[in-house]
Amino acid sequence: MLDVIGAASVEDLFAHLPDAARLHRPLELPPGLSEYEIVRYFQDRASQNSTGFASFLGAGAYMHFRPVLVDTVVSRGEFLTSYTPYQAEISQGTLTTIFEFQTMMCQLTGMDVANASMYDGSTAMAEAAMMAVRITGKGRVLVSRAVHPEYRQVLRTYSVNQGMPVEEFGYAAEMGTLDLEDLDRKLDGLTGAVIVQSPNFFGIVERVREAAELAHERGALLILVFTEAVSLGILRPSVEADIVAGELQSFAIPPSYGGPYAGVIATHEKYIRQMPGRLVGQAVDSNGNRAFCLTLATREQHIRREKATSNICTNQALLALMAGVFMTVYGKHGLRELAEQNLAKSHYLAGKLRPRFCGKFFNEFAIQLEGKSPERVNRRLLRKKIIGGLPLGRFYPELADSVLLCATETSRRADMDTLAEVLA
Amino acid sequence: MRSRVRPNISFNEPLIFERSSPGKVAYQLPELDVPAADPLAALGPENTRSEIEDFPEVSEVEAIRHYTRLSTWNYAIEYGMYPLGSCTMKYNPRINELVARLDGLALTHPYRPEALAQGSMEIMARLQASLAEITGMDAVTLQPAAGAQGELTALLMIRALLASRGNPRRKVLIPDSAHGTNPASAAIAGYAVQNIKSNDAGMLDIAALEQSVTEDVAALMVTNPNTLGIFEENIVHAAEVLHARGALLYMDGANMNALMGIARPGDFGVDALHLNLHKTFSTPHGGGGPGAGPVAVKQSLEPFLPIPRLRSVGKKWAWDYERRHSIGRVRAFYGSFGVLVRALAYILAHGGPGLRKVTLDAVLNANYLRKKLEGVYELPYQSPTMHEVVFSDDRQARHGVRTGEIAKRLIDYGFHPYTVSFPLIVRGALMIEPTETETKHELDRYVEAMTQIAEEVENDPEIVKGAPHETRTSRVDEVAAARKPVLRWKPV
Repeated sequence: MLDVIGAASVEDLFAHLPDAARLHRPLELPPGLSEYEIVRYFQDRASQNSTGFASFLGAGAYMHFRPVLVDTVVSRGEFLTSYTPYQAEISQGTLTTIFEFQTMMCQLTGMDVANASMYDGSTAMAEAAMMAVRITGKGRVLVSRAVHPEYRQVLRTYSVNQGMPVEEFGYAAEMGTLDLEDLDRKLDGLTGAVIVQSPNFFGIVERVREAAELAHERGALLILVFTEAVSLGILRPSVEADIVAGELQSFAIPPSYGGPYAGVIATHEKYIRQMPGRLVGQAVDSNGNRAFCLTLATREQHIRREKATSNICTNQALLALMAGVFMTVYGKHGLRELAEQNLAKSHYLAGKLRPRFCGKFFNEFAIQLEGKSPERVNRRLLRKKIIGGLPLGRFYPELADSVLLCATETSRRADMDTLAEVLA
Repeated sequence: MRSRVRPNISFNEPLIFERSSPGKVAYQLPELDVPAADPLAALGPENTRSEIEDFPEVSEVEAIRHYTRLSTWNYAIEYGMYPLGSCTMKYNPRINELVARLDGLALTHPYRPEALAQGSMEIMARLQASLAEITGMDAVTLQPAAGAQGELTALLMIRALLASRGNPRRKVLIPDSAHGTNPASAAIAGYAVQNIKSNDAGMLDIAALEQSVTEDVAALMVTNPNTLGIFEENIVHAAEVLHARGALLYMDGANMNALMGIARPGDFGVDALHLNLHKTFSTPHGGGGPGAGPVAVKQSLEPFLPIPRLRSVGKKWAWDYERRHSIGRVRAFYGSFGVLVRALAYILAHGGPGLRKVTLDAVLNANYLRKKLEGVYELPYQSPTMHEVVFSDDRQARHGVRTGEIAKRLIDYGFHPYTVSFPLIVRGALMIEPTETETKHELDRYVEAMTQIAEEVENDPEIVKGAPHETRTSRVDEVAAARKPVLRWKPV
């Protein structure tokens, strides 16, 4: 090959690099490892994490069983090692699964269109806010304090330089739902978006309809966020929302210490051209057969550059595929039954404890540990091989004595009984 | 015609909704070990839905056949070469998949107590340190979900640093050969974009740069090697010009595959860069994601890194949320951990010498393709080639055949098309990046295909224009699809 090129050595191919830019020593990284050594290294790290604990953590990442078919499908090289499906003729596999994914997201959320995925729920929410501001031409964003605290932090990071002042409104101390009066007070004519989450961060089914009515009265859009996608199997789709932004980790995406996950944005037809992210549309090929392709690319950065609806390029296609396989395996009956099992488990556990809020909840709820420190209680639980709830003081100083518990279909009765004994 | 592909059996497959029939299921759930809860009572009738209309109802075997059949309609790295310029479509080692799926890693909840997540944190710390060494930078954040988010993260940090010095400034300079994400990210960070023209060598025009760097300029976003596969030979000088006027140098690290062990951005004046782990570090593209876009910075930007930061406390790792100058967070939790595991596995497998070898081979392969094809396709820039080479369709356009059509014809020869019509500064660009994982045998097959197509352009242009011919789906009408978008299935 060097002869063809006309170079004496491979090093010669770098001779034109300025000396000042060159690295004149080897990289200080150890030599390469064999397959066996690499597996050992990661097995050791995995056991350093320690396993065998029952966990009652939720708060935006949920422990659900992952049907075997999911990894079977996403491990196929055709899905795993293919590129973004810009070349439609040899990407119909990915394109078809995305089209099905978009359809299933519409069926679940009650919206007209859904995109091909976003990085995660938190960035989907930030992008939805930017989208609402573009649509309404009004920059102010109001977000409920019962929205995931880390999602709100992301929203701030994204909005700070875009002339989008973000303000928060409170939650009702008794119910744990959004404080409608506070929203009413803060919602002015300059507000372009109102953001609520349901079930909210405390697990409680939110007053979406009332929030939407208020928002619409003042000319703002209502953005509905979800972090627990399994709830969609049983909760009424909030069609009064203008944009839905959610996290699909619950649909067979492993918790994997926080990522990669998959977000999604769904909305009404009239807002399609303001949507961020890739979209797959139906087409025909030159033989008249149905086919699919990426479409409406004039919204995107590779065409519109600084005028694009978002800077997103790479998305979470493989994770959207995981979610798609999950939705296919569970299907119409399974997703409902799965949601009912989650409901049953969390209500069994809650029945043994006293939830902090009296609003209706799905598979998460807060409890108050009167006089006990959440951290100390959690340390006691660890000795019984149980990871307790998330101490809420970290995000809500006024709830420093409370923890957020989550029970899913994977929570066993015996563990819940032990947990309740220690907490009671 | 030996080199053309032959059709294989290809199943027809309807959409999953068209396969559904009432009552079929593919799932199994255990019996409840607690009493059932009545949804109407627990959630209220006003909050409860009836059935999910038209949602799939298939059996398990129908489900697996559905997805398996669809999968065969894709091209993939595991089938053949993907010479997509700037995308670095290298082989994705399977061991990466195995280790990322270990229960102790994959099933770790992000809010686990830190004491029970030390293994995951150690992996992240090791990856941060490795990337810092490879890039010659001082600190790394693994939080950004992809390259574009890495760009945004870095620009927000640059803005915060400049603001702390009294003026965030107004503009970001971007060469005309840049990826589209660069200007789009700059806009979200609140910066106006000013384009900088490239010179005849396909490099940054230093005179134009010197003129453009005013008190208003926050940073230059440069890709190096740039999207022409050319190393910016004036990069050190460019950094000096920027720094002398209080501006910063940002590097889009999409093409880091050309530099490992050879040159480090930190040594040639870069203040911040992002890396695409799904390019240089072999994590699978997955049909469009997930990726990961870590950002590496110099000390001056370190205080502004996103929260939380890994911090060592004695022999343990801890998350530090108390960082006064941080730009905040750019996503929930800590990063795309599963992708990070795969990237670290790749770095461990190669080690320092192996990564350097990757770069040598990637550049060797690209130069080989250049030499073999420069008699056949027009080479608009004569500067030395690094990891990718860009031709133009000038000669073929005379016969009425354009780059997009040549690309489609490649499919009939068993190759994925190269990157079409990018960078924008080359008319009718053919942007080719072989990566180091292709063998000479495969490169020769590719050269043969490209050469035969060039002959076809002269002798039988219609066969090229109508391509692909060997696929189950022929040319898709994307214009009509965009005119009347159908974005979901509906029952007839």
